[in-house]
Amino acid sequence: MNQHVSPRLNRRAFVIGTAAVGAGLAIGLDIPFGGPAVVRAADGSPEIGAWVVVRPDDTVVIRIARSEMGQGSLTGLAQLVAEELECDWSKVSTEYPTPGQSVARKRVWGDFSTGGSRGIRSSQDYVRKGGATARVMLIQAAAETWKVPASECTAANSVITHTPSGKTTTYGKVAEAAAKLTPPADVKLKDPKDWKLIGKGVKRLDTAEKTTGTMIYGIDVKLPSMLNAAIKDCPVFGGKVKSFDEAKIAGMKGVKKIVKVGDTAVAVVADTWWHAKTALEALPIVWDEGDNAKVSSESIAKWLAEGLDNAQPAYVGNKNGDAKAAIATAAKKVEAVYSYPYQNHATMEPMNATALYTADKCEVWCGTQNGEAVFAAVLEASGLPAEKCDVYKVMPGGGFGRRGQTDYVRQAVIIAKEMPGTPIKLLWSREEDMAHGKYHPITQCKMTGAFDADNNLIALHYRLSGQSILFSLRPEALQNGMDPAAFQGVAQTGEAAFGYSVPNLLVEHAMRNPHVPPGFWRGVNVNHNAIYMECFMDELAQAAGQDPLEFRRKLMGNHPKHLAVLNAVAEKIGWSTPAPQGVYRGIAQVMGYGSYVAGAAEISVTDGNKIKVLRIVASTDPGYVVNPAQVERQIAGSFVYGLSALFYGGCTVKDGKIEQTNFDTYNSMRINEMPKVESVMVPSGGFWGGVGEPTIGVAAPAVLNAYFAATGKRIRSVPLRDQNITFA
Amino acid sequence: MANLTINEKAFTLDVEPDTPLLWAIRENAGLTGTKYGCGIAQCGACTVHIDGVATRSCGVSVSEAVGKKITTIEGLASGKSLHKVQEAWIAQDVPQCGYCQSGMIMAVAALLNEKPKPTDADIDEAITNICRCGTFQQVREAIHTIASA
Repeated sequence: MNQHVSPRLNRRAFVIGTAAVGAGLAIGLDIPFGGPAVVRAADGSPEIGAWVVVRPDDTVVIRIARSEMGQGSLTGLAQLVAEELECDWSKVSTEYPTPGQSVARKRVWGDFSTGGSRGIRSSQDYVRKGGATARVMLIQAAAETWKVPASECTAANSVITHTPSGKTTTYGKVAEAAAKLTPPADVKLKDPKDWKLIGKGVKRLDTAEKTTGTMIYGIDVKLPSMLNAAIKDCPVFGGKVKSFDEAKIAGMKGVKKIVKVGDTAVAVVADTWWHAKTALEALPIVWDEGDNAKVSSESIAKWLAEGLDNAQPAYVGNKNGDAKAAIATAAKKVEAVYSYPYQNHATMEPMNATALYTADKCEVWCGTQNGEAVFAAVLEASGLPAEKCDVYKVMPGGGFGRRGQTDYVRQAVIIAKEMPGTPIKLLWSREEDMAHGKYHPITQCKMTGAFDADNNLIALHYRLSGQSILFSLRPEALQNGMDPAAFQGVAQTGEAAFGYSVPNLLVEHAMRNPHVPPGFWRGVNVNHNAIYMECFMDELAQAAGQDPLEFRRKLMGNHPKHLAVLNAVAEKIGWSTPAPQGVYRGIAQVMGYGSYVAGAAEISVTDGNKIKVLRIVASTDPGYVVNPAQVERQIAGSFVYGLSALFYGGCTVKDGKIEQTNFDTYNSMRINEMPKVESVMVPSGGFWGGVGEPTIGVAAPAVLNAYFAATGKRIRSVPLRDQNITFA
Repeated sequence: MANLTINEKAFTLDVEPDTPLLWAIRENAGLTGTKYGCGIAQCGACTVHIDGVATRSCGVSVSEAVGKKITTIEGLASGKSLHKVQEAWIAQDVPQCGYCQSGMIMAVAALLNEKPKPTDADIDEAITNICRCGTFQQVREAIHTIASA
């Protein structure tokens, strides 16, 4: 007999009913006499550990804490659990626990944050153990029923077999008994050679709804009596609202309320978003723009250029030998200055969140890459304690790092607090999204290479000047002021280590932080570091009169994993044989997010400025490949994102504001510009690297190096738009 | 008030005549499969069929759509059987985040209506939707798969 001690949580999930948007888990808790607690899912089926629910009909629900945003991690994480669980993959579905539920259960599902290509690699160990634990408990339950040793039983495809007798049962039949067992203290994970599901390109679990218009994104959330809000934040970052003339729009159709949001923004709440946006545009707002209104792209570039001067202070991120001394006495030296601009994430779905605030509860529905960060933002903005708040994650229309931030959630809660009991859906216009991004940081880089008389590279000085993301977003992660992440791809060791051996090396960062807020943008600091280093590597090869591939290879003897992926793309693109007439090649490699990647491009150039990207070959060694079909899509997608930024991206600053306002001024690649991308996966095992980001690092340098091969011209700044270079 | 025919159903919607069709579809008719991406007819996320022609609904006013046959992603399937583009999208696992795919699918369905066996050049010309996830390779493969069926 069980004592039901906790009623279903999340009654609102049921109030919403058929919409069932981001409902989280509905959990009941049974405490049987003399045994451990049995936690039950909404339909009464028992949890077999926090990660797995088994229903009587043998269907399995796998809990996913990280966010799916298109990158496929939801399916990959389910594969990891199912591999160890030995369940029938065709009967697997998934659900998100809410951050509130996780906090209430001592963070049983671990970290929710989904950035830095961490979705799989940082949770693979404990989610596999979650699957293995459930399998051991299910087998144990069957063995106890049969009164045989568990060691004589095996499980496969959700069927448990007692090998000596041939008796079988299914997971659904023993789930109740298994749920009452004490979980094993330790479980042994499978040897990778025994994997059956990990490594298979199984279909995604979330595709069908995306083809019928039924997938619910944040923008689609509907709650009873909900109102809609449009918002305008001071276009000059750091500026404030001075005044606004509410009377001018008070009578406009559908308008319910005008809310000042913090010191910097004004929102209009109306029956529909279209009415809210129309009224907001008609609302006269006077801004106190402050000193930042004097800042422009030119003033930022000048300030960054000053940081390239060796006399200015800089943080040293990687060093061996004495680069400055070796350069001073070298037989030959080469120097170049590169730059990389701000970039907006421009997720297809603009930022939005829906909040419902009442005196005793605050709930939020939104797409996010970090449910726990949103939860913390809800607590702070609502002023309510954890047990009175929750967050229901829905599908984000793209993340790319932008939805790891919570600015839009805070705004929604602040507005909802002004209208207790009424759900408020805050949606940014595309223009607001362009004006208030968390931009890819702006940098410049001066590189100096030095050769001895035999054309051996004896020194490299890599001097970066520009913005630190951590300074702005995670100052606690700075190390005596230094941003260690600034050296992604050129670091001495770790998950983004430099792949070349140079006897005298100095890598340093003169930090310059303009007022434009930076953020984590797919690939983050790997983007510019890979462009700078890999384009300059080509310049060094040219100076040494050597083939760009051969020149690199000679410096990579101590970096066999970096070299292996470079060799893989060289072989696949046919580097050793001449390219067809009129076709030119470029190559690049980098390490990021724990994975080794390389890329090669074949392009043609017309009239010196029209580039047709004909073919991309990209290679990755992420240690293990969980779902090759999804890895292939991430690689191809990373090239679209990276090449869009190279050709069309770049956010410029005028009078303290971002000048680009929409896709007409911040364009993105279309299908006619998409090259064929061929992926070469060379997982070498023994480590877990990320997949979503690393290959973006080689997209731009591979194409830029091919452009040099075609034209003899170096391009040292981005975007190509500003240099009158376009897609053919 | 405007009378619109969406997915073969008559709607009487309380909207001003200059309201973009996109917002009338999403907020007044309650059909949220059609997405907002830019509002200036650049990205194609809001693509619907108006009298069979793929049209960016953010750039069309309600008054211009009166009396026309509007089809949204929700009306593409015939009853319970999915449209061949939807089937191909599922078979080839085309979507990533999926946000642009309603518009992408509507654009592709219109192309295939006009040209059942499009060449790569036809695809390049007709499909101009933005996909920030970068699903273009799968989109192209899926179109060719449908065309060769």
